[in-house]
Amino acid sequence: MKLVNHTLLYLSAALFVIIGVWAVIFYYSMLDEVYDSIDDGLDNYKMLIIQKAGSDSTILKKNTFEESNYSITPISRGQALQSVERYSDTLMYMQNEEDFEPVRILSTVFSIKDTYYKLDVISSMVEEDDLIEDLAYYLVFLYLALLVSIYLLNFFILRRTWKPFYTLMQRLRHFNLRQPRPLEVPETKVSEFRELNQAILDLLKNNIEVYNSQKQFIENASHELQTPLAISINKIELLLEENDLDEEKALALSDVIRNLERLTRLNKSLLLLTKIENRQFAEEESVDFNELIKQQISDFSELLEFKQISVQLHENGHFRQSFHRDLAFVLVSNLLKNAIIYNVPEGNIQIEINADSIRIMNTGTAQALDPERIFHRFYRSSAHQNSTGLGLSIVKAIAELYRMQVSYSFDGMHGFSLKK
Amino acid sequence: MKILIIEDEPDLLHNMVQSLKKEQYTVETADSYASGIDKIIAYDYTCILLDIGLPGGSGLKILEKLRSMKKTDSVIIISAKDSLDDKLSGLDKGADDYLTKPFHLAELNARIKAVLRRKSFDGQNEVSAANVRIHLSERSVTVNEKPVALNRKEYDLLMYFVENRSRLISKTSIAEHVWGDHADESDDLEFVYSQIKNLRKKLKDAEADLEIQAVYGIGYKLVVL
Repeated sequence: MKLVNHTLLYLSAALFVIIGVWAVIFYYSMLDEVYDSIDDGLDNYKMLIIQKAGSDSTILKKNTFEESNYSITPISRGQALQSVERYSDTLMYMQNEEDFEPVRILSTVFSIKDTYYKLDVISSMVEEDDLIEDLAYYLVFLYLALLVSIYLLNFFILRRTWKPFYTLMQRLRHFNLRQPRPLEVPETKVSEFRELNQAILDLLKNNIEVYNSQKQFIENASHELQTPLAISINKIELLLEENDLDEEKALALSDVIRNLERLTRLNKSLLLLTKIENRQFAEEESVDFNELIKQQISDFSELLEFKQISVQLHENGHFRQSFHRDLAFVLVSNLLKNAIIYNVPEGNIQIEINADSIRIMNTGTAQALDPERIFHRFYRSSAHQNSTGLGLSIVKAIAELYRMQVSYSFDGMHGFSLKK
Repeated sequence: MKILIIEDEPDLLHNMVQSLKKEQYTVETADSYASGIDKIIAYDYTCILLDIGLPGGSGLKILEKLRSMKKTDSVIIISAKDSLDDKLSGLDKGADDYLTKPFHLAELNARIKAVLRRKSFDGQNEVSAANVRIHLSERSVTVNEKPVALNRKEYDLLMYFVENRSRLISKTSIAEHVWGDHADESDDLEFVYSQIKNLRKKLKDAEADLEIQAVYGIGYKLVVL
């Protein structure tokens, strides 16, 4: 739920209660005021009638309301003494409305020349149900008007106020630890946003430092490992050259060398990956991938022949890209090697070069590989002892460095595509 | 043939010295920047094996010093870094070759020989072993003056064996030498075997007095019959 709608939801609930309570209070005080005013009018009217009755005795004969607002009925003294002046509400038939409508009655007694009279004065009243109805309508209207204006205000004000926040979000979404570009935070005068900006900058600074030192650590560690590896391999080589070793010991030593060499390869691959991620390959030149692929097919020709793998190259276009030459070499060589090593004897490799894509397909296992994990480090589909499990990670890292897409698909043949 | 090794790792230094002595070189060593500088100023060497990360200063500085003195000692840089910067600046400053740690001793041996051959005044154009002659500039091989047709890889293979004759060469060392950067993570050791089988057959058919012997399951050795 968007922030605007969220606040609106809370506000509408709160407003509902506030306006409801307010409506009740307003209604009663309004009504009170109306009664007060009517009663004052009736009182005044009563006094005028009594005054007039003193001078004009015809009035005293008017004992029904008819066209006027009062009636006078003579009563006994006893009745007069018992009654008190009171206001009350009642219903009376109204010609115009053809219905019983509420009226306010003031009943009182007065005496003229020892004769007692009862005087009823009426005044038409507000119709309570109409009043409530009207009030309710207006309140609903007010409520909706408030909501709409709050929504609109919120929409414009919040959008304006929160602009730095949304800008920040946008930039954060596109931020990548691997990219050397630092995050630019939007300018703002709001102190909360300033704090948020600062907090994010601090957080990122820490993370970038950790990330860099991690990368640096891997690179340093890989370098440091080279020398002891060199020493160990060379020592065993020298030992093997001694002629006093029997076969069993020699084989054991050669196993040690083999594993040290595996370690060396792993180490070199890790180093290469780190270097790619550290963007240590600066200089670029225009690389002709058609030429490069042809060159490498020829480099691999003996191995292809040995494994009896046939290669078909389809050049539908010319794939050129500004690239670091060595990385281009590694990229193509890793993909080709992959297609050869995981192939079956007497298998086939199809290479398709278009102007903006390269596709290498090879026969191999009958099942598709996991396209999600295949480019992960140390993912191995089979128990290839000599595989470092880093070849395709390196391919992906290089492709990403040059903003190319690399993907895997399976349709009987395993296919790897590179797209500009 | 006098070779100077400037390397601060004593174990590595020891390995290299042992290996080079088998090739009958006179080997001297230095284990720091200062002692390296002293040696290159005082003596001339046919070849210098130079580590870059040395206590007291960079090996590249030694190389600069050497070239500024107009000395023509061949230099092979040996570094744990294979970063291209290192390699390029090393080669720019006049190194003859560049070898990344870890390396096979056979590879070091082949590199030194290649550098020395390039340097020799008579522009040595041939390497021979028994009745086999390798013509470097034409990249061709003759046995008893008769040409033997070898493909690219077989030629490289034979050359590698001849440079390391009588020494044990491991399968991976062969794979790496002949295949360079393609050699990693492959199951192509079987493939190395098939290449060697082909080479053996060609040598035998040409009646060469050389034999490539398998040493257990580890590697091969070139023996003069």
